[in-house]
Amino acid sequence: MRKPLLRLDGLTKAYPGVLANDDVSFEIGIGQMHALLGENGAGKSTLVKMIYGLVKPDKGQMVLRDQPYAPAQPSEARKNGVAMVFQHFSLFDALDVAENVALGMENPPAMRDLAKRIRDVSEEYGLPLDPNRLVGDLSAGERQRVEIVRCLLQDPKLLIMDEPTSVLTPQEVEILFRTLRQLSSEGTAILYISHKLEEIRALCDEATILRGGKKVATCDPREKSARELAELMVGQVLTPPERPAKPKGDVLLSVENLSLKSNNPFGTSIKDISFQLHAGEVLGIAGVAGNGQDELLLMLSGEIPSPAAQVKLKGQPIGQLGPNARRVRGLVTAPEERLGHAAAPDMSLTANALLSGAARKGLVKKGFIDWKKTDSFAREIIAKFDVRTPGTHVLARALSGGNLQKFVIGREIELAPDVIVVNQPTWGVDASAAAFIRQALLDLASAGAGVLVISQDLDELLEVADSFAALNEGRLTPVRPAKGLTVDEIGLMMGGAHDMHPAHEAAE
Amino acid sequence: MILGSINPAVLMAALMVAATPILLAAIGELVVEKAGVLNLGVEGMMIMGACLGFIVAVNTGSPVLGFIGAAFAGMALSLLFALLTQALMTNQVASGLALTLFGLGLTALLGQKYVGITPPRTPKLDLGPLSEIPFLGRAFFSHDIVIYLTIVLVAAVWWFLKYSRAGMILRAVGENHDAAHALGYHVKRVRTLAIMFGGACAGLGGAYLSLIRVPQWTEGMTVGAGWIALALVVFASWRPWRALAGAYLFGGVVVLQLNLQAAGVKIPVEYLSMSPYLITIAVLVFISSGKARGSSNAPGSLNRPFHASS
Repeated sequence: MRKPLLRLDGLTKAYPGVLANDDVSFEIGIGQMHALLGENGAGKSTLVKMIYGLVKPDKGQMVLRDQPYAPAQPSEARKNGVAMVFQHFSLFDALDVAENVALGMENPPAMRDLAKRIRDVSEEYGLPLDPNRLVGDLSAGERQRVEIVRCLLQDPKLLIMDEPTSVLTPQEVEILFRTLRQLSSEGTAILYISHKLEEIRALCDEATILRGGKKVATCDPREKSARELAELMVGQVLTPPERPAKPKGDVLLSVENLSLKSNNPFGTSIKDISFQLHAGEVLGIAGVAGNGQDELLLMLSGEIPSPAAQVKLKGQPIGQLGPNARRVRGLVTAPEERLGHAAAPDMSLTANALLSGAARKGLVKKGFIDWKKTDSFAREIIAKFDVRTPGTHVLARALSGGNLQKFVIGREIELAPDVIVVNQPTWGVDASAAAFIRQALLDLASAGAGVLVISQDLDELLEVADSFAALNEGRLTPVRPAKGLTVDEIGLMMGGAHDMHPAHEAAE
Repeated sequence: MILGSINPAVLMAALMVAATPILLAAIGELVVEKAGVLNLGVEGMMIMGACLGFIVAVNTGSPVLGFIGAAFAGMALSLLFALLTQALMTNQVASGLALTLFGLGLTALLGQKYVGITPPRTPKLDLGPLSEIPFLGRAFFSHDIVIYLTIVLVAAVWWFLKYSRAGMILRAVGENHDAAHALGYHVKRVRTLAIMFGGACAGLGGAYLSLIRVPQWTEGMTVGAGWIALALVVFASWRPWRALAGAYLFGGVVVLQLNLQAAGVKIPVEYLSMSPYLITIAVLVFISSGKARGSSNAPGSLNRPFHASS
């Protein structure tokens, strides 16, 4: 048994309406890799925020190195050797790497010394970084390095990592793991938050599983199968989506030499993308965030026009048409950002159903809205897709992420499209809702529609896709059949490890 | 030749006087916007400074006390804005506009008895032999101290934002308030302090108008200087030295067109009067329209309300 570093004892935190953490207790040993597992909304984030001093527990104590530990703010946590790498990076685009690092430190040295220390530490751990570059110009993997180096410079005793691999390619994940193992062997404990079970089984020596704010188990993840862990997490038996084999149909959507220069200085330009989507096919497009997914979706939805012949639907050029004209012709889209892009946050579900359904469902007559018909359309979506809500009058923002996602995807599927394009369809959605959405997409494909799934979740793509391509810096790889692809091959398609080197190889 | 009747040294001197009020207001607003807050109440805070500064100076006989009073008056009004937008989470644009209207109305009331009075004179700074230098002495070294302090203030703000840790935190708060909060910085505290600084600067700018430039109190005497200051911040791409250059350009055209009017140039007066606004904005738009990063230098969280959730 390792000597304990941090002991949590009966931590409880309630928010209006929810008990985020209910009497959670466990221990983290010195140098231990401890996993914190749970679904979205299981209370993982609240728990680590309490450890990092961002949230005060209502009840319960923490003991750090045999001393009572109750950080009132993050600076106190950092002084005690607790560092954290955030899920949504806590970085500042317009500031350079050194400034970003300095902002996360208690007593940063002078800027010139700091730049040198950043170089030293990043070389030592195989995470090359240029202190003078603007963070806004970095890739997701490089941004994460900034966060990690920021923590390492403070010589942490406990490093909290919140879903660190969701933005990395498999190769980058491998290198991150080597860095973490090196840290652990040097005596730094790591609290690793994730819902990716294979990762945890590969990395951690103890796992605490949360469900609905309560601790349900502490176990050795290497002794359990991924399936057992998943069922502990979800509390029910999961069924993988069914996918009947079927022949490929005619070409529904074809994209030829599509290019776009991004007008956002931190955006990605689309470079010469071509692919075809057939009837009954599910085409998965992988890629690390920020490699042109958003731009591609905008060009397919019609929010950004392109030369007419570059996007063709059933042989007809539609590149110059706007979103509604494309919907009428049978091409619908569901973007990644639920609030503000896929749905208007401050409008009711009925109004949101109208916004994309009007043209195809005939909800507007002579310029007047048929509210009755619209409301029954919204009801239909809610019933069919099991959206948990008190009614159609509820504002979109009041729904939980998973429920709103079911509504948004359901809305588009109910339009009976010929082609549907979805970006991150199950992002931030719990496992049972995710399985439901995937099944709905597969059903749509087996009914003869073309389905294009853009996602950063490789497991999801391998589960649903018939064919597979990857976006890397705005370029699309050739489309390959998904069957028989290995994670390694996919990783290389996604751009490999960029310029990362494993720590010990760099030293050779 | 008409232009021949204009003395370049006098023009230069007058230019600095004309530029200083908007420069003061602009440098304050620049700091506010760098912290991620859009305060459209600059005009209102300026006129508060102009009015209160005038009243204090007349009653005490001291221009210095007048300026101090003006800074506090601007700050007081800005605190109202901070209360509304930071504590009560109101919309920044609407609150800023209300602040301007409120300031204009309140000063019209407060200043009623002071119309037509001459304020105590602010002495020129005695720079000894420097002001004896031909041309340069007249143009640059025969001014009141506020002009020089304003330039020092621009330099100080530039240094503060670029090199100090507090300045870095302020920029971080303005760039991404959620990340700053996650790292444990007090977003609202930083923003409130920035808003107060902006209010004080705007108040000083207003007092410069009523105590030195004009010098008199008339209702609504800022006539849009606050709005020009706001535009200046944006077109200067949130860079202090560019704001200074823009303010001096504006001041230059103001003085030049006044001279042209006096010299009787055959251009309708209305066109001459609008020329400073047009030329300043045109030049700054041109400077900031490059494809380079400078054009989109806006703080990432500008005008976004911050609410610390969970």
